[in-house]
Amino acid sequence: MSVLILLIIVSICIAGGFLIAFLWGSGDGQFDDVYSPARRILFDDEYESNQNPNE
Amino acid sequence: MQLEQFQYDNKIPRLFAIATLFWGAVGMLLGVIIAFQLVFPALNFDLSFLTYGRMRPVHTNAVIFAFVGNGIFTAIYYALPRLLKTSMWSSKLSKIHFWGWQSIIVLAAVTLLSGFTTGKEYAELEWPIDILITLIWVVFGINMFGTILTRRERHLYVAIWFFIASWVTVAMLHIVNSFEMPVTWYKSYSWYAGVQDALVQWWYGHNAVAFFLTTPYLGLMYYFLPKAADRPVYSYRLSIVHFWSLIFLYIWAGPHHLLYTALPDWAQSLGTVFSIMLILPSWGGMLNGLFTLRGAWDKVREDPVLKFFVVAVTAYGMSTFEGPMLSLKNVNAISHYSDWTVAHVHIGALGWNGFLTFGMLYWLIPKLYNVNLYSKKLASTHFWIGTLGIILYAIPMYWSAFRSYFMMKTFTPEGQLQYQFMDVVQTVMPFYFLRALGGTIFLIGVFVMVYNLIKTAKQGKFVESETAQAAALEKKYTAPKSYFWHSVIERKPILLLVLSLVVVGIGGLVELVPTFLVKSNVPTISSVKPYTPLELQGRDIYIREGCYNCHSQMIRPFRYEVTRYGEYSKSGEFVYDHPFQWGSKRTGPDLARVGGKYPDSWHFNHMLDPTSISPGSNMPRYPWLFENDLNISTTPSKIHAMRKMGVPYAAKLETTGNEILKVQADQIAANLKKDKIEISSDKEIIALIAYLQRLGKDVRTSGISNK
Repeated sequence: MSVLILLIIVSICIAGGFLIAFLWGSGDGQFDDVYSPARRILFDDEYESNQNPNE
Repeated sequence: MQLEQFQYDNKIPRLFAIATLFWGAVGMLLGVIIAFQLVFPALNFDLSFLTYGRMRPVHTNAVIFAFVGNGIFTAIYYALPRLLKTSMWSSKLSKIHFWGWQSIIVLAAVTLLSGFTTGKEYAELEWPIDILITLIWVVFGINMFGTILTRRERHLYVAIWFFIASWVTVAMLHIVNSFEMPVTWYKSYSWYAGVQDALVQWWYGHNAVAFFLTTPYLGLMYYFLPKAADRPVYSYRLSIVHFWSLIFLYIWAGPHHLLYTALPDWAQSLGTVFSIMLILPSWGGMLNGLFTLRGAWDKVREDPVLKFFVVAVTAYGMSTFEGPMLSLKNVNAISHYSDWTVAHVHIGALGWNGFLTFGMLYWLIPKLYNVNLYSKKLASTHFWIGTLGIILYAIPMYWSAFRSYFMMKTFTPEGQLQYQFMDVVQTVMPFYFLRALGGTIFLIGVFVMVYNLIKTAKQGKFVESETAQAAALEKKYTAPKSYFWHSVIERKPILLLVLSLVVVGIGGLVELVPTFLVKSNVPTISSVKPYTPLELQGRDIYIREGCYNCHSQMIRPFRYEVTRYGEYSKSGEFVYDHPFQWGSKRTGPDLARVGGKYPDSWHFNHMLDPTSISPGSNMPRYPWLFENDLNISTTPSKIHAMRKMGVPYAAKLETTGNEILKVQADQIAANLKKDKIEISSDKEIIALIAYLQRLGKDVRTSGISNK
C-alpha cells in the first residue's frame, strides 16, 4: 500500500497548511471578535443605494 | 481616514448565475433520462453516445462540476468583494475563469459521450481536460487570493475561510488523482493500479463531496442565509469551530467507500473512525444555520428563499448523519453496491446543493436587477414541487435497497441462493420507475424557477455595478508578499517550525513518490499475470462503454456473495489494473469472476441483445461493437505505457503484440463459429469477449481459496 504514504503525506501537508492558516488567523486577530463580524455582513454599503422601490 | 471609492461588479455573478441555471436544467434532465433508461432500456436507442454507461458520467459531472461548480462561483464572485470591501482583483481573470469553465463543461460532455474516459468515477475526464481544469482553477485561485490580499476589511468572514479551504483542497485532490500516463491525445491510464488506485480514487471521490459539494456551499450558507433572514448567524464562534474541525476531519474519511473490499482493514477502520467523528462538526454547522432563524420563523412562512434554505440545511443534516451511519461496517454491508448510496447522494445533491442554490438564486437575481421577485407564489410552488420530488426520489430508493439486500442474502433451507440476480432486477423496476418520476417532478420545479427568474429579470433593469466606499486597510501591503510573510515568520518561532516541517515534507514527497509508485508492494499472487494485448484492448472498450457504472468487479467476503459470484477478491489480483474497475453500484451482477463462466457465444449474444439471454434484463444493446473494427494501431503505445508503469510485459511485446493479439482473436472467432456464429476476428466485440473471459481466471486456476 505504498500509495498510502503519498496520501498520508499529502493529507498531512494540507492539514499543515490549514494549521498555518489557523495560526496566522489567530495571530492576526481574526478570531478576537466573534460579535461584530456576524452583524457587519448584514449592512449593505452601497454608496449609490439600490433600494427596492417597495421596501 | 481617507475613504476610497470602488465598484462591485455584477456582470460576472450574473453570468455565473445564468450558467448555474442552464447547466442545472441540463444536468438534471440527463439524470431523468438515465433514470428512465434503467426502466426502459429501449431509451438507449442502440446509439453508442446515448447509452447509459456513457450518459451517467455526463449526468454526474454536469450536476457536480457544471451546476454546483457554477453555483459556487456565483456565490464567490458576488459575496467575496462585498465581504472584503473591494472589487475582484482582476476582471480579466474573472472573464477567463468564466469562459474557461464553460468550455471545460462543453468539452467534458462531448468527450464523455464519445467514450473518452479515464474510467474513474467523477474524475472521468481525460488528461488534456484535466490540465485545462488545473489551469482555470489556478486562474480562479489567483483572482480570489488577489482579492483577499487587496481587501479593505481586516477580518475574513467565516464564508471566506470555507472558500479558501475549498480552493486549496480541490486543487490538491484533482492533481493527485489525475496522475495518469498518456497513451494518445484522448487516452491515458491511471498512474496507480488496483487497490492503490481505488484508495486514491475514493480519497478524491469522498473529498470531492467534502470540498466541492459541501465546504463551498457552507460558505454560501453562512453568507446568504443571514442575508436572506436579515439576522446574524446564530453563533459566530461555533462557525469558526465548525470550520476548523470539519476540514481537519473530512480529509481522512475516504476509505469508507471501500469497506469490506480488498483494501487493508486498518485503512478501512481509519476511514470509519473519522467518518463517525464527522457528525459533530457537520451537525454544528446545520444547527448554526437553523438557529440563525430563531425568532425569524414567521419570515420563513412568508419568504420562499428561507423555505428553500431551511430544507437545504435540514437535508444537509440528514445527509451528514446518514453518511457516518453508512460508514459503520455492518450498515455498509447493506448499503454498498445498492440503491441506498444513490438515495444518500441525492438527498445531498437535490436537497442540500439543489435547494441552497435555488434559494440563493431567488434572492440574488432580484438584487442584480433591482426589482422584486416576479412571483413569490410560483417560488413557493417550486418549493413544494421540489420537496415532493426529493421524497419521491429517495423513498423508493431506500425501499429497493433493503428489498434487494434481503433478496440477495436469502438462502433456501437446502443452502441454495433463493433468488437469481434477475429476480432482484425485476423486483426493483417499479421503484426505479417511481424514482424517475420523482426526478421528473424535481426537474419541472427547476423549469418553473427558470421561468420565474426570467420574468423577474425582464421586469427589472440590470445593475451592472454598484459603487461603494471604504477606508483602506491601515497596514498597507505595499511590500511584496514574501516580505510580509517573512516578517511574520521572524516574530513567530512556532510558525517557523511548522513551515520548515511542511517544506521538508514536500521535499520528502518529491523523493518518495517516484520511489514508492514504481514498485508496488501489494502482496503479489504469482498466478496473476498481465493482460494479453487483446484483453488490454478489450478492457479499454469495457472502460469506454462505462460498464463500471452498473457492474462491480469486487466480491466482498460474505457467504451470499461468494456463493453467487465466486471466491472473494484479494488485493493482489488487481496489481495490473490501471485504472481499477471495482465499481460502486450493482445494477447488474458482479463480473470479478465472470471469466470462463459462460461460452464465448453467450457473451456474443448477450452483448448483441441482453434480453435474448436473460429475459427482463435492463441492460442496453451494444450493436456498434459488432460493426466497429478494433483499432489495433494503439496496441504498441498501450503496452509501452503499461510497461512504463511497471507492468512486466515480455521484451519486444510492443512489436509482436499485434501478432499475438490476432492469434487470440482468431481463436475466439473459431469458438464462435463452432456455435454457428460468423464474425470476422477484427471486430471490437472479440476483444471485449477476450477481456470478460479473462476476469477472475488467474486466481481460479491457481486454486487459491484462502490467503
